[in-house]
Amino acid sequence: MELVLAIGIGTLAASGVWLILRPRTFQVIIGLSLLSYAVNLFIVAMGRARTGAPVLIAKEIGDPSKYADPLPQALVLTAIVISFATTALFLVVLLASRGLARTDHVDGQEPEA
Amino acid sequence: MSGIADLVIAPVLLPLLAGAGMLLLNGERQRAVVAGLNVAATLALVCIAAVLLAMSDTGTREVYRLGNWPAPFGIVLVLDRLSALMLLLTNVLALASVVFSLARWHRAGAHFHSLFQYLLMGLNGAFLTGDLFNLFVFFELLLAASYGLLLHGSGLTRVKAGLHYIVVNLAASLLFLVGVSLIYGVTGTLNMADLAARVPTVAPESRGLLEAGAGVLAVAFLLKAGMWPLSFWLPTAYAAASPPVASIFAIMTKVGVYIVLRLSLLLFGEGAGASAGFGSDWLLWGGLATIVFGTIGTLASQDTARLGGFSVLVSSGTVLAATGIGQAGVTSGALFYLVSSTLGIGAFFLLVELIERGREPGADVIAVTREAYGDEDEVDEAEGDVGIAIVATMGLLGVAFIGCAVVIAGLPPLSGFIAKFALLAAALNPGDRSGAVPGSGWALLVVLILSGFATLVAMSRAGLRIFWASPDRTVPRVRAIEMGPVMFLLMICVAQTILAGPVIRFMQATAQSLHAPAGYVSDVLQTGARSGRHLEGK
Repeated sequence: MELVLAIGIGTLAASGVWLILRPRTFQVIIGLSLLSYAVNLFIVAMGRARTGAPVLIAKEIGDPSKYADPLPQALVLTAIVISFATTALFLVVLLASRGLARTDHVDGQEPEA
Repeated sequence: MSGIADLVIAPVLLPLLAGAGMLLLNGERQRAVVAGLNVAATLALVCIAAVLLAMSDTGTREVYRLGNWPAPFGIVLVLDRLSALMLLLTNVLALASVVFSLARWHRAGAHFHSLFQYLLMGLNGAFLTGDLFNLFVFFELLLAASYGLLLHGSGLTRVKAGLHYIVVNLAASLLFLVGVSLIYGVTGTLNMADLAARVPTVAPESRGLLEAGAGVLAVAFLLKAGMWPLSFWLPTAYAAASPPVASIFAIMTKVGVYIVLRLSLLLFGEGAGASAGFGSDWLLWGGLATIVFGTIGTLASQDTARLGGFSVLVSSGTVLAATGIGQAGVTSGALFYLVSSTLGIGAFFLLVELIERGREPGADVIAVTREAYGDEDEVDEAEGDVGIAIVATMGLLGVAFIGCAVVIAGLPPLSGFIAKFALLAAALNPGDRSGAVPGSGWALLVVLILSGFATLVAMSRAGLRIFWASPDRTVPRVRAIEMGPVMFLLMICVAQTILAGPVIRFMQATAQSLHAPAGYVSDVLQTGARSGRHLEGK
């Protein structure tokens, strides 16, 4: 499981980085989304990958090591909400730039070939 | 926990409520009400920040526990001298730029005042919080508001600069998250005080991971602070922003600088065991490189607003380099410099628009803006007559320009000179027995003197071009409400010069407590004793 998670994060991050370095705004926004997926998975991984462990601690606490760490899950929720909102905001700016510059190049003008 | 101690959360709550309230009121007819509310809220924030500053100067740290959960488990807001100082600086600058915006700029787009209050909420929260993840939330809040404000007034230039600004900052936010989660993975805590207590005890095999996390986190902050080579987005974005926005953005790089200063001394200060001094060389040399880059930029920039943008770089580079030296004396000089240069640059951004108004390029930008955005929101020229026109406008503008130049370049007699003097005097007298001046001190001396000289050259060149060498210029129509904020900021610099003694004593006390983080740690982690409702089950 660790290997799958690590390869998944790596693939997402690598594709995201490649895409945000591309010259079209749409590629950049997809790249940012992929990067944020990679980062969200990474946060979960930092809470140690466990399967089948509950997050909430029952009334009789018992052994805390039987439970998954709830904090990274709370963090990742916040991170998802925030990156979703900022991506939406970026989409608006992207459209404004497309409308004003009449091109989807990130610099607002086509490079002179 | 009641009464005056609750005031610690007011700098976050007040802008939140004010900003939300304005959204309900927004509309053409109620614009005066909204503007009045914004000014009133910002004025109240200045007063609150002043009270908090007085509170912090007694040397006690106020710890406000949200939800009354004890420190490592709940989120805390911590008020100490440094955060109180930054709060006051932010809100004073905000007051000046909001008053300035009333003359015309607040009508150039929608929701200016709400966004402004949300920006203040994010800034104030970032200065107060004692929790890394909470810091991320406040950072995102202030960034989201700043995206809107940067685009305020619209037009192709702003949208283009805004696009780059947003991409760069979104990428930085992702790095922030990676750094935070690495640190959490190693130490199991996000509370800054708890982190400081745990860093010395981290096992040697995990130390590399912790330092990698701190490094990634630092990249995110340094990008906001504008350290070279992470700063290429900054001059363009600042030059494109509308003047009141650029002026409040002068504090935004200082948020990055503040966090770097706070965390590097808290987590990697002298008590950090094997990690002590982690990254300080990077800060020193990176800061120096930033000053050099900013200096070359000031000399190269033809446009006055870009000149301001590069001055921002010089200013944050100076504070970063001083942080890298890591002595209490240098830090106190750097804090004095931070205040004076932020005020000076804030005033400069406001002034630039007034000066450029009489010249063609400035008029061009406004005309383009008006065309691109649609004109119903724009100011009619006839409407501009409502305020009091100032006599001897050019003289006043000239004096203000000289004032800004003197503060930013660090010439006597104003506060910029005292700041650089305090900084260099401390860097050249490290206070150890040998009496030898370290190489870092010499490097800082040379770079600062040269950059001050270059700034002076660039400023005088711009001044000559604007005031003396443009015969076809018309005298700009400047209103008291626009000139007032510029003069207000410069007067604070003058006051800082006159009261340099008490101010520098405050900065020294701040630096001393920053360099002795044990007090911060014990204050934050042990305040449970004061009202321990939730501590019984521990």
